[in-house]
Amino acid sequence: MSTQTISIEPSYLDHQGKYRGIFAWIFSTDHKRIGMLYLFSILTLFATGATLGLLMKFELIAPGKTIMEAQTYNAFFTLHGIIMIFTVVIPGLPAVFGNFLLPIMIGAKDVAFPKLNLLSWYFYVTGVTLVIISQFTGQGPPDTGWTFYAPYSFRTAGNMLPAVFGAFVLGFSSVLTGLNFLVTIHRMRAPGMTWLKMPLFPWTLYATGWVQLLATPIIGITLLLVAAERVLNIGFFDPTLGGDPILYQHLFWTYSHPAVYIMILPAMGAISEIISTFSHKPVFGYKFMVASALAIAFVGYFVWGHHMFTSGMSGTALYTFSLLTFLVAIPSAIKVFNWIATMHKGSIDLQTPFYWAMGFVFVFMIGGFSGLVLGSLTTNVHLHNTHFVLAHFHFIVFGGTGFAFFGAMHYWYPKITGRMYDTRWANIGLLLFFTGFIGLYGPMFYLGAMGMPRRYFDYDAIFHGGNILSSMGSWVLYSGAAIIIINLFASLKTGIKAPANPWGGKTLEWTIPSPPPVENFLEQPVITGKPYDYK
Amino acid sequence: MIATAEIHRDDQASKLGMWLFLFTEMLLFGGLFIVYSVYRYRNADAFHLASEELSVLIGTINTIILLISSATIAMSVTAIRKKDKKVALMLLGATTILGIIFLVNKYFEWGEHITEHIYPGSSVLSLRGQGDVLFYGLYYFMTGLHALHIIIGLVFIGFVTVFISKDRINSGKFVMLENCGLYWHLVDMIWIFLFPLFYLIT
Repeated sequence: MSTQTISIEPSYLDHQGKYRGIFAWIFSTDHKRIGMLYLFSILTLFATGATLGLLMKFELIAPGKTIMEAQTYNAFFTLHGIIMIFTVVIPGLPAVFGNFLLPIMIGAKDVAFPKLNLLSWYFYVTGVTLVIISQFTGQGPPDTGWTFYAPYSFRTAGNMLPAVFGAFVLGFSSVLTGLNFLVTIHRMRAPGMTWLKMPLFPWTLYATGWVQLLATPIIGITLLLVAAERVLNIGFFDPTLGGDPILYQHLFWTYSHPAVYIMILPAMGAISEIISTFSHKPVFGYKFMVASALAIAFVGYFVWGHHMFTSGMSGTALYTFSLLTFLVAIPSAIKVFNWIATMHKGSIDLQTPFYWAMGFVFVFMIGGFSGLVLGSLTTNVHLHNTHFVLAHFHFIVFGGTGFAFFGAMHYWYPKITGRMYDTRWANIGLLLFFTGFIGLYGPMFYLGAMGMPRRYFDYDAIFHGGNILSSMGSWVLYSGAAIIIINLFASLKTGIKAPANPWGGKTLEWTIPSPPPVENFLEQPVITGKPYDYK
Repeated sequence: MIATAEIHRDDQASKLGMWLFLFTEMLLFGGLFIVYSVYRYRNADAFHLASEELSVLIGTINTIILLISSATIAMSVTAIRKKDKKVALMLLGATTILGIIFLVNKYFEWGEHITEHIYPGSSVLSLRGQGDVLFYGLYYFMTGLHALHIIIGLVFIGFVTVFISKDRINSGKFVMLENCGLYWHLVDMIWIFLFPLFYLIT
């Protein structure tokens, strides 16, 4: 079927619309092209953020000043945080792979609002531009960390306004993407695709959509209040005017904790797809996977207080938040068990995306367990604001979302580009990436437990050994990531042509040619069976 | 670029999208309502005294104006359905005028306070104590953000008016007018909460 259709319909890459050259991309409302716009923006920003991280690790290779001043370090970790959180991991999987694959996986021609989709990307670029402007104008770059904690965020001389407003605009982009996906999933599923016949990646995007929609406005208003605080002295978070900085923290984490689930839920969805495809088995406990995704999205709203155990809350609030934090681990654990059970007695095909999925499960479990250590009240007091938190956070966000992002990239690369990549270099890159990852973040658990605080550019000599190891890990990780990305770019030219279904996947995107035609499906697909129909 | 996106029309999807967007607007103000409740709880007396300084008369007039404007925009949807383009345009015109009157009232209300040196950051206000600073901070921020929404709503209505006069919105295709009405009702509804919080609860 696929070979016949190629000649009839040009692929989305070859399609000639009204515009030429770059305008054929930045004015395109095709969900696949918009997904690619996001991919290139995000990869550029990821490289920037990773380079900042590399330089920070170089600063920390020895106590005292190594390559930068303390104030530069402050600006670096702020920019690293803003870039990586707001412009890389939050939009990462939904905006790139969600855009490209969600309509295809549910058998639709596009998202519900294609123009709004393009507008979301414009908002994204505007937000990024504002963040860049904040670096080069005013009295020095922002130095508050990505959390913009009050009251420092409106007292510092750093140029906060464009950064805060940039984050606000990025939030707008995220809300509109989530809204678009929700309506698409509600209204545009192919005939016969009932809710429980929908694959898991769209399901996790659905759960993510609700989190984006219902949590992001809270940070929107909070950032506007910080701006008002700086410009108008409105006093809401300023203790000298009767305001309460802790209230800022509550509002900030009311969004920013659910935001972690915006990052991890689509990652879990992509991993479910990969594990099922390469085990050639239906996902074990499909309904539990759906329910646990929704449960994570729901319970995720009620755990923000665990970021503030040492900030000052009532005892009742502390116990409640701690209990709820433990509860949110249950659906995540269900997912891990089900992934393992999916592999059990499967005919496993050891390909690069499957290795990434394995890496994901491994680092995600370490990240998850260390999260429980931080979720317990007593250990939290000891570990709060140390490198332990840094390690936990990077194991979940970089290890979770990052591994899933690269896994998804290797899984859907043949579909997106129509080429196969060089597996040998991909695996070498992955091996370096994984080794470097453990080398970089592993020692941070130890350093944090020993008491090394985060966000300091200097440290006591007793922490030197761990930091050397960690900095060396960053070099390995960085070169691994470079090899992976160079390999994927080089394979665009040198890779052999990809068939429609190189991995033997069962979801709808593998039934159409690689790369997909402009209209995705030449005939409207009709769904009769369950997803992951292996036999 | 995709022809199907134009041909494919799903009014229910458009309305669903609008409703979801209204959720986000409610949560945007929801954050402010939380800030309001926390500071009202902590500064009950100051909030009580400060809110007595606001003019209940202007507040009531503005509430009535917004309620009528919601009725007129709802009626214009019915008019379009009944293919009465002229009446629909008149009703939208009435909504626009009512919205502008609301803003003019707001301007005079704010102006009066500002001439009395009551605005965020003024030394007169800070001498009156922290409760008053917070009350007026919330007052200006929340009614200001609401006024911004009125302005956005008026621009939206302006576009819809042009589209109706060019027959791009007609009796067979009026989901944009309906969405515009939904947005205007939300702006109205938020005011229904702001009015008692600032003017009536003393």
